[in-house]
Amino acid sequence: MSTTSTSTVETTAPAGRRTTADPGPAAPRRQRRRGEVGFAGAFVSHAILTGASLAALFPIAWLVYLSLGPDKDDYLHPERIFGKMTFDNYTFVLQKTSFFDWLISTLVVSLGTTIIGVLIAATTGYAVSRMRFPGYRKFMWVLLVTQMFPVAVLMVPMYEILSELQLIDSYLGLILVYCSTAVPYCAWLLKGYFDTIPFEIDEAGRVDGLTPFGTFARLILPLAKPGLAVAAFYSFITAFGEVAFASTFMLSDTKYTFAVGLQSFVSEHDAQRNLMAATAVLVAIPVSAFFYVVQKNLVAGLTAGGTKG
Amino acid sequence: MTVAIDRATGKRRGEPSGRPGPLTRLKNGYQRYWYAYAMIAPVVVVLGVLVVYPLVRGFYLTLTNANSLNSARRIGVNEIEATYEFIGLDNYADILWGPTSYDRFWSHFIWTIVWTALCVTLHYVIGLGLALLLNQKLHGRTLYRLILVLPWAVPTFVTVFGWRFMLADGGIINAGLETLHLPTPLWLEDTFWQRFAAVMVNTWCGVPFMMVSLLGGLQSIDTSLYEAAEMDGASAWQRFRYVTLPGLRTVSSTVVLLGVIWTFNQFAVIFLLFGDTAPEAQILVTWAYYLGFGQQPRDFAQSAAYGILLLAILIVFTSVYRRWLNRDEQQLAI
Repeated sequence: MSTTSTSTVETTAPAGRRTTADPGPAAPRRQRRRGEVGFAGAFVSHAILTGASLAALFPIAWLVYLSLGPDKDDYLHPERIFGKMTFDNYTFVLQKTSFFDWLISTLVVSLGTTIIGVLIAATTGYAVSRMRFPGYRKFMWVLLVTQMFPVAVLMVPMYEILSELQLIDSYLGLILVYCSTAVPYCAWLLKGYFDTIPFEIDEAGRVDGLTPFGTFARLILPLAKPGLAVAAFYSFITAFGEVAFASTFMLSDTKYTFAVGLQSFVSEHDAQRNLMAATAVLVAIPVSAFFYVVQKNLVAGLTAGGTKG
Repeated sequence: MTVAIDRATGKRRGEPSGRPGPLTRLKNGYQRYWYAYAMIAPVVVVLGVLVVYPLVRGFYLTLTNANSLNSARRIGVNEIEATYEFIGLDNYADILWGPTSYDRFWSHFIWTIVWTALCVTLHYVIGLGLALLLNQKLHGRTLYRLILVLPWAVPTFVTVFGWRFMLADGGIINAGLETLHLPTPLWLEDTFWQRFAAVMVNTWCGVPFMMVSLLGGLQSIDTSLYEAAEMDGASAWQRFRYVTLPGLRTVSSTVVLLGVIWTFNQFAVIFLLFGDTAPEAQILVTWAYYLGFGQQPRDFAQSAAYGILLLAILIVFTSVYRRWLNRDEQQLAI
């Protein structure tokens, strides 16, 4: 953390000879504008940020690089890949594996969860943002607690219940399981978003004679589109990347989601790591691109709700 | 968080206006609650069916000796009835202080606490450091930010496989260490290094979220506070300590709570990094999964009991944490 001092250092040296890290009592002389950094400070910052960026980038870049090597043991001697780079793995994955089956399963499950989650949670988010009713605090507490549920709590009973309903190895079963997390989460997220919409808008709607439902549907929902998008995206990503339930509840390999399908390269196909890497890259590119589009709103949504119910 | 209280009276068009009498107010109140309950009904129903009912059932299971041999199951066309029995709180007693309970529960419990504390601390400290650096006027700030968010953007189950290739015996990390003539640990086999690797990978995955959240927090701090501090002759460290940190309190308390919950429940990283090969590196969540689904016969009752214990731990932690935050707010916020 010693480097952080450079971020707010105001050097008191005369212009032209800048030294950093002189945190003496600053005499009130010419103020440098906030956020400007001295030369050494900038150098150190760039060095650290470059190092961090490399660390962030490397595992992913490495995966991409390995996916270009044609043999399954190429990851052990990566230098050989350089001379024989090829897209063979990709063509193999797209043509000879269940890639498209997995794609369909993943999309069905993720989109199903997203649609149900957002549809059901929208009115609730609005209600807890705007109204106080008996039982409000308890209800918020329940919403918070359900987000803390570890995988292990619901897995066993869910497995039993779905077995009885013959929903093991079905898309609907997995969607239902994911909704148990997605619905309260979306409600929480949307509440935070609705809180940012001025209350005067509701009042104006009421003055003009709208019912609370009308206000919600005609005034607030159109304004809350970004919030809905974030909630939808978050449900999608959560369902997309869920590993535990998907690994246990999906039995036939045409119904695997990507999270399970990737694992099957290790067990069934005697560790075809090259194909695994290629599949991983194919999966990661669209999701990551999508992520960057909504990323800014996502953070605001996650932390806007606050921890106080 | 201040939330406006609903002051509208839910009048319809054409009703006489004016100050409502007590009866009307009562009716309006009823109407208002009716709206509220109608609006939360869908979630209440869903939670009841998908969360509360399974939870109650899971709790009942923990009071039995259910496993995959005595549960109801279907073999071909034959339905086999469940034959498990009610055994009361024996599962909990067995987990907490039965024979070998240290190896089965307490060792994982301690490791889970260590894992959560380590990961969240690393997430927060590294995330805050990077956020502070990104909050300066630097060339290429946007590019740095884009790259640093990558570990969060790419799904965990993809990146963990990338790490697995790197950590494998003969993978790039050990090759690099060998070139530098450093010892090459067996990352995926030796207990200590397994744990080390798990913390490393999880830290790598979790820093971006903290960084982006804290950066948002930093940008929302009023700059006039810094100016005032400078006028008063505060050093850089003092400005960080008395302006930046208090300014980040709200964001920090939220992301730390989220971070603890997520890390405590982190399933994918450990499960995908080791599979069933690392009993010692399993945290409670993955261990409960192993008991219930990773072994034969599957021990449903014990697995469910672990789940209930985990939930209890988290609820206690969250209550204490919130109380602690609230108590703090009545004092001076420093």
